Amino acid sequence: MKTYTYTEKKDTRSGFGAGLAELGRTNPNVVALCADLIGSLKMDEFIKENPERFFQIGIAEANMMGIAAGLTIGGKIPFTGTFANFSTGRVYDQIRQSIAYSNKNVKICASHAGLTLGEDGATHQILEDIGLMKMLPGMTVINPCDYNQTKAATIAIAEHDGPVYLRFGRPSVPIFTPADQKFEIGKALQLTEGTDVTIVATGHLVWEALEASKALYEKGISAEVIDIHTIKPLDAKAILDSVSKTGCIVTAEEHNILGGLGESVARVLATNKPTPQEFVGTQDTFGESGTPAQLMDKYGLNASAIVNACETVIKRK
Amino acid sequence: MANTKELQDLTTQVRRDILRMVHKVNSGHPGGSLGCAEFLVALYNEIMDRKDGFDMDGINEDVFFLSNGHISPVFYSVLAHAGYFPVEELNTFRLIDSRLQGHPTTHEGLPGVRIASGSLGQGMSVALGAAQAKKLNNDSTLVYTLHGDGELQEGQNWEAIMYASAKKVDNIICTIDLNGQQIDGSTDTVLPMGSIESKFVAFGWDVITIEEGNDIDAILKGMAKAKALTGKGKPVCVLLKTVMGHGVDFMMYTHAWHGKAPNDDQLENALSQNPVTLGDY
Repeated sequence: MKTYTYTEKKDTRSGFGAGLAELGRTNPNVVALCADLIGSLKMDEFIKENPERFFQIGIAEANMMGIAAGLTIGGKIPFTGTFANFSTGRVYDQIRQSIAYSNKNVKICASHAGLTLGEDGATHQILEDIGLMKMLPGMTVINPCDYNQTKAATIAIAEHDGPVYLRFGRPSVPIFTPADQKFEIGKALQLTEGTDVTIVATGHLVWEALEASKALYEKGISAEVIDIHTIKPLDAKAILDSVSKTGCIVTAEEHNILGGLGESVARVLATNKPTPQEFVGTQDTFGESGTPAQLMDKYGLNASAIVNACETVIKRK
Repeated sequence: MANTKELQDLTTQVRRDILRMVHKVNSGHPGGSLGCAEFLVALYNEIMDRKDGFDMDGINEDVFFLSNGHISPVFYSVLAHAGYFPVEELNTFRLIDSRLQGHPTTHEGLPGVRIASGSLGQGMSVALGAAQAKKLNNDSTLVYTLHGDGELQEGQNWEAIMYASAKKVDNIICTIDLNGQQIDGSTDTVLPMGSIESKFVAFGWDVITIEEGNDIDAILKGMAKAKALTGKGKPVCVLLKTVMGHGVDFMMYTHAWHGKAPNDDQLENALSQNPVTLGDY
């Protein structure tokens, strides 16, 4: 079995900051906007090098989304930065009308997504954002798994013409994808090969899925782990090819099981190849304050929860 | 340079278009549309510096954003007469498979429309982005907007109003249609907003008031003043005092025709008050 190790942990939001800084050097049309969270979004380097291409909007996210839409009229490629909660739910109507319906080339970059925001608690831990964004026609939804992938995704979305939701997190997580990877929107990455169960995971849960596959191997279960960094458009072929071999699937995400990756996968399976599926995600609940590790444990978002789900789904084959 | 008579004739024809469009589908917003006819006719035919054809970026030409998208009938009629698409297409307003959606959208690729509007309060933010893009592009042309007065009740406007002066966005002229009416009644009944002029001034804007917002000459004069104020470090607001339903006696001075179509008799009456000038579509 192919195994993954890491030497360093880093936050995915820093991957965004590094990607944005590189775009600042390579793409003169890229501009950045922030609603009073420069440090949290790691935008400092871009701003230092391109002060004229940065717009500090203040604590006014609706205005930020509108200004971003307007900046595209004139050929700019705006990257907005704030927490995932304020990047989606707070400004849903602005994104819907001025960005998605108007098909504007805005990149909505959202940090501190999910439970792993930690101690700030439920008001800041959005677990519905993937659902909100994937339901908007024309919106691309990306949730990368580590620093390197987030950096690569940030650079890749500047080349994509159309609105994109890019979601990343706050805590440091293992870096296990290569630094020189090519990021292809909509193309899932198969990380391990297996025959008994498919695990498709997104974001911070991809590392947990790899850990789960190791634990399953110890138990004599062969798991195929797929990194679904792009939730929309979804790589249906990768999912169907894998379940053709394994016959069952577990989806894992730091998001409500309602409306997230799991439901998108279920639709692909239901309409193409009905397959037993288990869902790892939050169970239609708000989060709470705590350390990221405590929260992942309490809400069942870690490797052991994925192992349990795999054992359950295998029995349903 | 068109003369006043030509602009007035065009305005009368635009009024006929509005009435017939709304009547045909028995839906739409005639009141605010009629009230803004002179302004939009003057804007597109005299005030704005426009290029031939249409491209989304509008580089090196003035651009306009309609924030109160429900007055789409007047916008579509003015765009069509300005050459963005065939006037006959007004026949398709609000019909299935039309580019002329109930509220304007870029989705259908209608030339002249650069942003969707309908959900109120978003246009000023978009205009500020476009104005700042112009500055980045070293493009010295201007961004114009139109907003309803009731629309100012949406909080996003005040985020934008605060931002515009703080960031010295001085290549923008935002026009507020002060007709004092909204769907549920007068603005003073629904939510009194006090002095809109003082509010803009307090937020650091230069403000021009056009008392006769349904008079072409007054509009041209007022907008020339507004234009002269651009480029001086402050955003510019134009308070345009109009009469909702202007040009149709039974539609004037009331919110009743904000979102209601005339029946056959009412249409005939209204059209008789606005005789054909350029020919109907």
